[in-house]
Amino acid sequence: MIRFILKGILRDRSRSVLPIIVVSLGVFLTVVMSSWMKGIFTEMIDMNANFTTGHVKVMTHAYADNVNQIPIDLALLGVDELTQNLQKDFPNMEWVSRINFGGLLDVPDANGETRAQGPAAGKGIDFFHNPKEIERMNFQKSLVEGAVPKSPGEAIISYEFAEKYGVKLGQEVTLFGSTMNGSMLFKTFKVCGTIRFGMTMLDRGAILIDISDAQLALDMEDGSTEILGYFGDGKYDKQKATETIQAFNSKYNHKDDEFSPEMYKLEQQAGLEEYLAMADGMVGMMITFFIIAMSIVLWNTGLLGGLRRYTEYGVRLALGEAKGHIYKTMIYEAILIGMIGSVLGTAFGLAASYYLQEVGVDFSAVTKNINMMLPPVYKASIFPSLLYIGFIPGLLAMVLGNALAGFAIYKRKTAQLFKELEV
Amino acid sequence: MKKTQLILLSFCILTGLSAQNAIQIIEKVDANMSSKNRIVESEMIIHGKRNSRTITSRSYSVGDQKSFTEYLSPAREQGTKMLKLEDKLWIYSPSTDRTIQISGHLLRQSVMGSDLSYEDMMDDRKLTDVYDAILVGQDTVDGRKAFLLQLKAKVSDVAYDSRKIWVDTERFVPLKEELFAKSGQLLKRTTLSDVKKTQGRWFPTTMIYKDMLKQGDGTEFKILSMKFDQEIEEYLFTKAALKQ
Repeated sequence: MIRFILKGILRDRSRSVLPIIVVSLGVFLTVVMSSWMKGIFTEMIDMNANFTTGHVKVMTHAYADNVNQIPIDLALLGVDELTQNLQKDFPNMEWVSRINFGGLLDVPDANGETRAQGPAAGKGIDFFHNPKEIERMNFQKSLVEGAVPKSPGEAIISYEFAEKYGVKLGQEVTLFGSTMNGSMLFKTFKVCGTIRFGMTMLDRGAILIDISDAQLALDMEDGSTEILGYFGDGKYDKQKATETIQAFNSKYNHKDDEFSPEMYKLEQQAGLEEYLAMADGMVGMMITFFIIAMSIVLWNTGLLGGLRRYTEYGVRLALGEAKGHIYKTMIYEAILIGMIGSVLGTAFGLAASYYLQEVGVDFSAVTKNINMMLPPVYKASIFPSLLYIGFIPGLLAMVLGNALAGFAIYKRKTAQLFKELEV
Repeated sequence: MKKTQLILLSFCILTGLSAQNAIQIIEKVDANMSSKNRIVESEMIIHGKRNSRTITSRSYSVGDQKSFTEYLSPAREQGTKMLKLEDKLWIYSPSTDRTIQISGHLLRQSVMGSDLSYEDMMDDRKLTDVYDAILVGQDTVDGRKAFLLQLKAKVSDVAYDSRKIWVDTERFVPLKEELFAKSGQLLKRTTLSDVKKTQGRWFPTTMIYKDMLKQGDGTEFKILSMKFDQEIEEYLFTKAALKQ
């Protein structure tokens, strides 16, 4: 019977072309949008993990409560021992210390007085001993000129800052601010490189120095604002992260001591939990909207088809075919058309997703004034469930649309058939 | 009709008297707190969340336009100098031999982790020059009777839009102050005590500043010695003096 229906679909194209186009278009859009959204969210998660959150992060409870203010006076102390314990307890993860700080970057004139100055976000990173950090922070691609710090007293500053204030490689800049103890911070660094991350908040003003320099300047001996943990395979795993933080916090966190270390997973930071929930919700909403919209369109297509095939169904009923059988063949037909449309839509959708995965769309001009950490180029990401994420809704929408339209058959009265058929 | 006019007239007279009394009170406060020039040696105890630090300094000031401060201890701060000329502020660091000018929103930053901002340290103008005052009542602060005044800024370049100030009724020195933003939010609370008479004027020698937007137990500011109307060399108020 399937072969018979298939022949009908192929030979009478007027009954199949429009539904196939509608289904494949819907499936195509679902696949492309799903892969693109997944790509954007994955990129943003990776970017946040690499720059800010880690897959898990250890901070003091007091620091975490005020993390937006970067309160370095509430930073972790005894970091060396804590890192050793982390390496022992979670050997499959990499642990890195970083120091975040804020301050004023001051450019001196020949007399050592202020020539120009601007606020700067600072980071102390292990440049000297951990090449993975250089890779993780994408320094090789982000460096506009110069190199990463190789010896004490060297710093990378943001390219925009350097351009705006005419700072050249080899020149000195002074970091002014407060140390961990609240003392005045005055530390002069030689500019060894300029950097452009493509992220407005960092590009306006940033200074990156080795963590040992940061500890010295900020009176943070054996201290850091955070210890970041990364899974060995480099991919974030929510389940593993949950298990890791539970194991750590039960051992090291003391609720009555605001300076005891506490571990947080990626989505517990920087409002990412709501963000990720929103991402999941948006994909679900998009698919639901697609099914409803497509069903309505295909219902209408089915009704039009029903009108066009009014005589055919009449003849079939007159010949003695049961209404249920006609309805069943309509549904089989819908399944076949839905499958053809879904296969085509999925294939084209995957092809377009692959293009977006490799090339992406550059939104840097639009996002240049946004302070969030956003990637400049939005790329798609192909994942296994794309094979059915559009296929199933495409099939469902077609079947649902035809099932609704097909009810008209049950309203036909055999007694009036000859009149209707004008025999 | 006559009754209403009488009430209105009484209200105007009372309000006028209250404002006049208030102005007289803050003029007396200014007479105590402001001087032609002064040299102050002080100790600032900053109570942080983890530890407390004591910083000593010596300040020279002339009117409300010039001041020069040198930090004496601890070793980390020793030799750091600050120069204020009108609305400009420079800080000199001996470790880097750099002079940095502080301006704009940075003036609202904390000085050495204390509850005082650079702006607080810079603004030494007379209350009568900056605020309109109304006497709102009387109160008791640490067992001393005090006038309670409500001050409202009459100039725009002021750090705090309004203040509540409790003034000792006999000595005319502030005993307590609450400083508010334009929104009405309480930003800082100061209590002043250990009032001593120096060169004919009453002056509080211990002040506790509490930044209400910051955690911690506040900053104690103790005056160790104070001299008014001294000979201060003009050279001190130049950028060259910072590097001396």
